[in-house]
Amino acid sequence: MMELVCPAGTPAALRAAVEAGAHAVYCGFADETNARNFPGLNFSREEMAAGIAHAHARGAKVLVAINTFPRAGAEPLWHAAVADAAAAGADAVILADIGLLAHTAERHPGLRRHLSVQAAAANPDAINLYAEAFGVKRVVLPRVLTVAEIAAINREIDVETEVFVFGGLCVMAEGRCSLSSYATGRSPNMNGVCSPASHVVYAEEGPDLFARLGGFTIHRTPKGAPAPYPTLCKGCFTSGPQTGHIFEDPVSLDATALIPALAKAGVRALKIEGRQRSRAYVAEVVRTFRAAVEAVAAGRPMPEGALARLSEGQARTTGAYAKTWR
Amino acid sequence: MDLTVGPNPFFWDTPLWQAFHDGLADIPVARVVLGELVCSKRLPFYQDAIPGAVERLLAAGKEVAVTSLALVTLKRERKLTADLADMDVPVEVNDLTALAHIPAGRPFWVGPLVNVYNEGTLGWLARRGAQRVCLPPELPLASVARLAAEGARLGVAIEVWGHGRVPLAISGRCYHARLHDRAKDNCQFVCGEDPDGREVDTLDGRPFLAVNGVQTLSASCASMARQVEALRDAGVAALRLSPQTGDFARLTRLYADRLAGRIDGDALAAALLPDTPGGRLSDGFLTGAAGAAWSGAA
Repeated sequence: MMELVCPAGTPAALRAAVEAGAHAVYCGFADETNARNFPGLNFSREEMAAGIAHAHARGAKVLVAINTFPRAGAEPLWHAAVADAAAAGADAVILADIGLLAHTAERHPGLRRHLSVQAAAANPDAINLYAEAFGVKRVVLPRVLTVAEIAAINREIDVETEVFVFGGLCVMAEGRCSLSSYATGRSPNMNGVCSPASHVVYAEEGPDLFARLGGFTIHRTPKGAPAPYPTLCKGCFTSGPQTGHIFEDPVSLDATALIPALAKAGVRALKIEGRQRSRAYVAEVVRTFRAAVEAVAAGRPMPEGALARLSEGQARTTGAYAKTWR
Repeated sequence: MDLTVGPNPFFWDTPLWQAFHDGLADIPVARVVLGELVCSKRLPFYQDAIPGAVERLLAAGKEVAVTSLALVTLKRERKLTADLADMDVPVEVNDLTALAHIPAGRPFWVGPLVNVYNEGTLGWLARRGAQRVCLPPELPLASVARLAAEGARLGVAIEVWGHGRVPLAISGRCYHARLHDRAKDNCQFVCGEDPDGREVDTLDGRPFLAVNGVQTLSASCASMARQVEALRDAGVAALRLSPQTGDFARLTRLYADRLAGRIDGDALAAALLPDTPGGRLSDGFLTGAAGAAWSGAA
């Protein structure tokens, strides 16, 4: 059976995910060392140790994401996060930075290393380089590949692959995007945030509600209409005669229907995005996906449409997994 | 401090490409990086012009490197990337894929699309043979200074993004094709219609970004015009000037005048502005609140 890797932004979400059937949970420390550094989210050292003990007691793994790029002059903060994850009994750390991978391979050779999607290793040559240089055992593939390309990659590498199947969708190669810091000064790579709420301002002007990020208008909606969160790459802009969602519509990823194809492509693990989500959401998504991967493993048809209501009326896409998306 | 001309991010027709690179032989830059950075589909159009351009630039006394592609997914792109290592000049690695093909001990350069954020990463690359590193444009001055100091210790020259629309993102999807209701595989090379990128404005008409095929750039041109002293104090070895249309020889002479102390930062900015695609300069990644900010008068 493919491994189901589920998000936990809080200890309560971790317990909910384990209860709902997660094979593994991923989470991070409450600081800039992880790429979901949002207020009120993530784990203290004590919570991490307790969460790992809780998961292990129920047969689930915990993967600790330390996947931002350490700030020059401040690497000890990231080194400490790796050491503390190891001491807490983490089953693996999820890393993106070359320097941090080298440090971890040297100082914690027994700690399993996964390559974060933030490293954007998109082909067998790059993946094999990370495997050889740093002993990486699994790579989370960037969301720029088709299912056929993923199958081809798996034929040329020895490490496991993990792919995103549900939740928020980056349209840019992850870890290689400075759109957020261009508008706000804060970025996924440096600060673990994208389009941060601290820089969002809503303004009513005439009949419209403007949603601005760092002063740049990302959306304009009629007052009273639902206003999507102003995530930069899902914004509505003008270019020449055209106005629209130039990069991506406000959609979220749903590759549920592709689970059998991803299994056939040799994918080892399926990842659900959403460490910022509630434990109720996490529990429901995990339960539904667990049923789906069990059905696929047993050769049964997948349960239909179970996740539709979780997308909250939002449009869904299979993203780069279908070639036409490009 | 000296000047490097980066690889042309845009899709120019071959005569323009050739004239641009021939022109670099006579202007005050120390080195040139050329080749295709953004999209492998463009390369067949001007591929045959590259060896001649390399030869002429070397004969003119420039250091030369060829860039790797920023995002490598297709088999043909992997082959292209592997073949770079067979050229007689160093490869500028803009995706780690290229590094996989460079034999151990062979010197290489590192471009701004590789995430070099800290001393550990710089040290690892130096041990693999990195000679020069152009840092990611989003780094603040404090990080630049730390990395320049570490680079000096390791014998790696540290360069920063000196002028040009900033590379902000790379994607599997082609936004130029999308703007023309086409898929990437049927793009019909529409990015060639916008030799400085296609501008993207906010709904209230504020210039924001520029699309360039699968790449997203800033609408403003970053310029280190007002940061030369700070960068020199930090130990930065070179400024990278990114190709744009217009009088590029004049642009490089202006930067050379600035480095030589013949003009100050505001004079350089004022002289650059009329020729600047998008008509706005920025240097906010280095010292401002956000990348789009400009330290000078608006």
